Amino acid sequence: MAGASSWSFEERDFQRIDRLLQGFLYDSNARCALLVDRTGQLVTTAGEKPDFDSTAFASLAAADFSANDQLASMIGENEFSSLFHQGEKESMYLADVARRVILVVLFDNRTTLGMIRIKVKGVVRELAEIFREMFDRSASAPQTARVESAFVDEAEDEIDRLFGDL
Amino acid sequence: MSMINYASREINCKIVYYGPGLCGKTTNLEYIFEKVAPNTRGKLISLATETERTLFFDFLPVDLGAIRGFKTRFHLYTVPGQVYYNASRKLILKGVDGVVFVGDSQVERLDANIESMHNLYENLSEYGLDLREIPFVIQYNKRDLPNTSSLQELEAQLNPNRVPHFEAVAVRGIGVFDTLKAVSKLVIKSLS
Repeated sequence: MAGASSWSFEERDFQRIDRLLQGFLYDSNARCALLVDRTGQLVTTAGEKPDFDSTAFASLAAADFSANDQLASMIGENEFSSLFHQGEKESMYLADVARRVILVVLFDNRTTLGMIRIKVKGVVRELAEIFREMFDRSASAPQTARVESAFVDEAEDEIDRLFGDL
Repeated sequence: MSMINYASREINCKIVYYGPGLCGKTTNLEYIFEKVAPNTRGKLISLATETERTLFFDFLPVDLGAIRGFKTRFHLYTVPGQVYYNASRKLILKGVDGVVFVGDSQVERLDANIESMHNLYENLSEYGLDLREIPFVIQYNKRDLPNTSSLQELEAQLNPNRVPHFEAVAVRGIGVFDTLKAVSKLVIKSLS
């Protein structure tokens, strides 16, 4: 049975992306950057370690972005390529990356929205290139087994153990 | 669309509970949240109205732990069941790896079930997905109520492809984990 198409995020991808994000954080003075895929999964984070539940955060950020996409099309826009949420001390800037991933930047009053905007533009361009490559790679990979059958057996045992007597 | 993250050594899979309004989707997630060990699950996020109707979604991550070096996690979502929330429903289906259709067994909800099932096929097709090709199970909920359709009737109307089905009383937890176990195993199999 085929699931929905999947993609893989490899160590070398991580290293390229991490380098980019570290450079971006240094240049922009933002606190932290998270990459979230459009389905609500956290891909990676850089900068200060989030002190919140990053799994829940990723799911809500993707939903937020998706809902705003729909609002954009209702007013005749193709998309909102970025969103800004202003708080008293902490703010969030979200930007689309190649329609696949969302860059979420958390920043405080050590920097400005203008600075974040300028720096996000550059890093999004570079990230988009990397993600396009990654997704092309996943799309062109032959549909061979992605996890070994031993993984499936072990996972099934674990499912039985975890959900068995509840 | 499961993501295999070799950098953080994680595999995340998305399972969506679908079905008509008030059929018990949120109740399924609440029961799972209550029963699984706290160290194997995250927070239950509910974006609901003041009257506790799901407005956007409920979200519950459940960890299987490390399987062959990969932290394996299921992201469980519900959609808002009410007909007019279709735009939100469609968004939640994005990247889904497995679907649970929660049917309301009450006779007077049969049409609502059928409509919701059609809507599920329709919304999935917009993502290029066919329900016959992805992990899918059906749960017939509220089997304890007096005015329920027979299992044969529900199967005839809602399950032409004879996917695995489970009878449930989600408020009491009956059938909840049987359903989750079945869909999560299908999702895991689809990764290989």
